[in-house]
Amino acid sequence: MGRFVARRLLQMIPVFIGTTLLIFLMVYSLPGDPVKAMFGSKAADPATVAKLRHDYGLDKPLIQQYWDYISGLFQGDFGQSFTGRPVADLMADAFPVTIRLALFAFAIELVVGIGLGVLTGLRRGKFLDQVVLIFTLIVVSIPVFVLGNLAQFVIGVKWKLVTPTVRDSQDLSQLILPAVVLALLSLAYVTRLTRTTVAENLRADYIRTAVAKGLPRRRVVGVHLMRNSLIPVVTFLGTDLGMLMGGAIVTEGIFNVPGVGNTLYQAVITSEGPTVVGVVTVLVLVYLVSSLVVDLLYAVLDPRIRYA
Amino acid sequence: MTTTTAKPANVPEQKGPDGGPLLEVRDLHVEFHTRDGVAKAVNGVNYSVGAGETLAVLGESGSGKSVTAQAIMGILDMPPARIPKGEILFRGQDMLKMSGEERRKIRGAKIAMIFQDALSSLNPVLSVGYQLGEMFRIHQGLSKKDAKAKAIELMDRVRIPAARERVGDYPHQFSGGMRQRIMIAMALALEPDLIIADEPTTALDVTVQAQVMDLLAELQREFNMGLILITHDLGVVADVADKIAVMYAGRIVETAPVHELYKRPAHPYTRGLLDSIPRLDQKGQELYAIKGLPPNLLNIPAGCAFSPRCPKAQDICRTEIPALHDVAERDGAAMPGRRSACHFWKETIHG
Repeated sequence: MGRFVARRLLQMIPVFIGTTLLIFLMVYSLPGDPVKAMFGSKAADPATVAKLRHDYGLDKPLIQQYWDYISGLFQGDFGQSFTGRPVADLMADAFPVTIRLALFAFAIELVVGIGLGVLTGLRRGKFLDQVVLIFTLIVVSIPVFVLGNLAQFVIGVKWKLVTPTVRDSQDLSQLILPAVVLALLSLAYVTRLTRTTVAENLRADYIRTAVAKGLPRRRVVGVHLMRNSLIPVVTFLGTDLGMLMGGAIVTEGIFNVPGVGNTLYQAVITSEGPTVVGVVTVLVLVYLVSSLVVDLLYAVLDPRIRYA
Repeated sequence: MTTTTAKPANVPEQKGPDGGPLLEVRDLHVEFHTRDGVAKAVNGVNYSVGAGETLAVLGESGSGKSVTAQAIMGILDMPPARIPKGEILFRGQDMLKMSGEERRKIRGAKIAMIFQDALSSLNPVLSVGYQLGEMFRIHQGLSKKDAKAKAIELMDRVRIPAARERVGDYPHQFSGGMRQRIMIAMALALEPDLIIADEPTTALDVTVQAQVMDLLAELQREFNMGLILITHDLGVVADVADKIAVMYAGRIVETAPVHELYKRPAHPYTRGLLDSIPRLDQKGQELYAIKGLPPNLLNIPAGCAFSPRCPKAQDICRTEIPALHDVAERDGAAMPGRRSACHFWKETIHG
């Protein structure tokens, strides 16, 4: 196990360098000059432009810029955005909001998704199963911007049950609607996945054994069935948590949540290279760690899997 | 002076505590409602087992032997399965009329089952100690710690080496024979009155088969349990069974005390089965096989279900379902325990 973790951590180094280099190259080869963009429609003084370019290191070769960036990163310096704020500060503002939203959405997904999945898996082909099947199909097939805007309009504007946009990200009640919208898609997947594994394991020989042992149904389902059925679900949930942490550009945009997704979106449209690269770098790390955690969790849940 | 009724020595008739047999199956029917129609898996099965007695149920795949056992255990999936008719009497009480909770309390505690493939029948993600201990925790309310001690005791009892060290291991860490011992231990845990073993040695190699069967027979004697042994292996049956019921297409076609069946089968199907056993003295000759395939349960042939495959079939066999006749000697003397569902049982047994 220890060697497996060590190997995986070592494998992360090339992945990390590769992805950051890629995103760095992509961002800085985008058309448009960020320095000129700072001046807006005003004519820029060539001397000032050159000075700014030098200050941000934009006059150096790209590889040199990347090297400077990475070496800064290892000293905890994410660089400065073109507005003058340190990127680390920007992220320190955005990440707590996204984490709060992500955990909220994750909790909904976990409770409702697994709950519906188990219920429908146990009652395959019955009325509830059909209803949930249709519901999940609808959720999966409608794009999130339609769903988000619709929910915002109906629940927020028409019925006035919640504030249409998030004004105070500290207030959990304002985060309910974005969290539900954010959770819906994964919730549908979790429901389908749980339903399938529950229905499949219900026919397994060891369930028949558990019944033949005279165990009460509660125990057959709660211990023998669930322990086996949740293995693939936990894997999905693990990667999904990593995904949610990355922020949701569309959902955060619709509900005006000042999270990572929104920050990233703003940075992309204003060609804020340092911010984009900084945020994406952190996201890469989040993904790498969450996939490692999922792999380890797999071994904990299923004793047949042993890493060497 | 006492009058003693002579009992045939080779047909043990041990009674349950209230006089009747431990388990009695009466005219049991089981059908499966599938998309293609109704599959009649069991069509009027009768058999009984006493304490300390071993009944072997013999038959091909799809003959209804496992379904009958699952109906007794109450672990059939209903639907699609349905029991339209019949009684399953355990100590004189019809289990089919009991509530779900009453039946659950019998399962595992009074009637236990050993399954064929121990690897898939044990839960892969729970340790064997946990799965064994569960029996005590659920049925006797023991604490986790006591249940674990009992589990170790059980593993010792079925002679699993280093039980104490292995109690926390998972099923996949055991060999096939050891896993089957764990299954046996689980069935024995609460010292049930009856054990149903559904092809307990099929998944094992031959040397281990013998060990497992010996262990099962030994424990059965020790606890004086009834045993229903479901198998298609005639070799296994000869050593341990007291009586045999041969099943075909959901019916019992022949019953007999074990050794008599081997000597003089009274049904062409049984004869076919016996002739299909490879024998050393017939080395080099072609092995006999019963022609054709087992019948489709959605569409069982009219008359005797075996008639399309039977070398001795006459016209009557294709129209009339033979009753389970009592079989008698040539001179009319009764042969206790022997019955045959063949119109021509006389010709079959007496040549």
